[in-house]
Amino acid sequence: MTLLALDAVSRTVRLPTGEPLTILDRIDVEIDRGERVSIVGRSGSGKSTLLNLLGLIDAPTTGIVSIDGRDARSLSSRARDRLRGERIGFVFQQFNLLPGRTALENVTTPLLYETGRAFWRRRAIATWMLENVGLGHRLDSTPDKLSGGEQQRVAIARALVRRPQLILADEPTGALDLETGHSVMELLERVARETDAALVTITHDPNIAARAGRHFHLDGGRLTSADFAGAGSAPEASR
Amino acid sequence: MIWLQRALTAFVGSCAEAWSEVRVHRGRVLLSLIGVGVAVCALTVVVAAGSIAQQALREVSERQSGRAATMSISVNRIDGSPVDAAKVADAFDTAVDRYGITWFSERSYVQQAVRFPDGRLDVSTEAVDIGYGEMHRLKIAEGSWFTDADQARLAPALVVNERFWERMGSPDLRTHPTVVLPGEVNTVAVVVGVTPSTSFDTQPSMYMLGSQFRLLASTAGPSQNFNTPQYEVWVPESDAEQLGSRVAADMGGLLGEKYAASAFRSDYAEQNASSLEQVQLIIGGIALLVLLLGALGLVNIALVTVRARIREIGIRRTFGATAARVFFSVLMESVVATVVAGIVGVMLAVLVVKNPLTEELIGQGIADLPPFPVDAAIVGLVSATAVGALAGLIPALVAVRVKVIDAIRY
Repeated sequence: MTLLALDAVSRTVRLPTGEPLTILDRIDVEIDRGERVSIVGRSGSGKSTLLNLLGLIDAPTTGIVSIDGRDARSLSSRARDRLRGERIGFVFQQFNLLPGRTALENVTTPLLYETGRAFWRRRAIATWMLENVGLGHRLDSTPDKLSGGEQQRVAIARALVRRPQLILADEPTGALDLETGHSVMELLERVARETDAALVTITHDPNIAARAGRHFHLDGGRLTSADFAGAGSAPEASR
Repeated sequence: MIWLQRALTAFVGSCAEAWSEVRVHRGRVLLSLIGVGVAVCALTVVVAAGSIAQQALREVSERQSGRAATMSISVNRIDGSPVDAAKVADAFDTAVDRYGITWFSERSYVQQAVRFPDGRLDVSTEAVDIGYGEMHRLKIAEGSWFTDADQARLAPALVVNERFWERMGSPDLRTHPTVVLPGEVNTVAVVVGVTPSTSFDTQPSMYMLGSQFRLLASTAGPSQNFNTPQYEVWVPESDAEQLGSRVAADMGGLLGEKYAASAFRSDYAEQNASSLEQVQLIIGGIALLVLLLGALGLVNIALVTVRARIREIGIRRTFGATAARVFFSVLMESVVATVVAGIVGVMLAVLVVKNPLTEELIGQGIADLPPFPVDAAIVGLVSATAVGALAGLIPALVAVRVKVIDAIRY
């Protein structure tokens, strides 16, 4: 079942000189529930713009972004914000933990935007989530007391505490050493599997990308399927 | 119901976010709030001291000239010769009886000699009726005010001030202490009550019932300089003037052509209060200015920190925080902080106003000071909250304009 679809999506910005600059060019991609997708690209290839569109943060210049078959343009900005909170979890390269707050407070934060039982039981849920990522003993530690790997685990717990169906991981291992990076990826994949969430990993590390089921290459605003099984990746048009 | 639950969780959530923000950045919050706290304190002190002084002023004014509305009636003989006090008193009694006035009193000032243990002294004396105590809201420190039983006493009853009582050696009133009022015939009087004296009140003084005083005056002879009597009636404000002049007119009629009686309103509580209001307004205005200056500092610091927090706001947006929610949370941070500053400011104000030094200063001439006024505390808290909301508005607007992904990936 398709969770999120981009249909001929382009994003253009106008430069100060008045000329248009195409960042993303007619991108088509469908992401199904429970799927593992990786997107590889160099700096400046449009990865963050694509992340904006996938995360319902930005709107395309042309083309359609749909979630659960609904055109995102039909949603109000408030509804889009809510939907993002409920359905999408973000994991960032720089972890982006809230400074000065404990691990538990960080994981509790997304639950502040819940409405029902989850809001009132936010501490219990966050505690359980941190235990699930193996940090049950670091609940009261602030980010500056945690190692890089631990910080990313807190960030993952925070991204997944509302049980999103789509996890957008933006260079999740970029700030970690090789070994820690792998264990973080294993954790991310395990939790995604447990909740049947789709995992989209944006990375420039072929080893991390290779862990996914489907691979894409982003270059010059064009998204192409990539094959990491063979040594030489031969880009081809997606779908 | 869903919208209610959503609103409730949004409100509680925003407060929780705001509180955690304030807690994490307590150093900066504390600095920015000193101004607000001091201003709230000043504002509260002004309002509190003002209403205490007003209450005090009213108390003094009521003790001297009666509660609203008191009408004074004075009686003179047209040719200027001394009036027949007993006749005037009878005319007054008849008149108040006719109009069904329940609160009335005569009021004559005389000097009466009193023999104290340390010698004889002329004491200023007011001859009054039983109603006088209630009409002037007199406080009694020991014993009680005159009652009907005192009227029937053979020995005249006295209500004396504290200085008088101290001069007697502060006797226990249950022992019915007496003093001698020397004259042609010595009269023994019983002290039944003591009124509190302020620090300015240095001389003994006393109250006597009018009927008993006239009896005393008749035995002591006309040597007593018994002044022209005045009478007071305490009547509803709406028809005070009318009732007063009717009583005066009736008395004039009863006393005959040789007498003239006139009525005028004598309580000044209202006029005094309005003059105080102006002072309060001026000082309150200054305090408000200080509060605005404090708010300016708050806006300044909040603007700088909101820029430093763009990343954090971006992160919150990815969690599903709507623009409205971000706006409200940033606003609440300012409100939560200023409310805390307001509470501290008000507590400080209570300390300032209720410490013995200040009490002595603002409570000059007051027998007992009222407690810290609740409305002053409310004014302080409300103004703190309002300043918080105003100061939070600008950074909240900045926060809403944050571009999410730019904030996260810079």
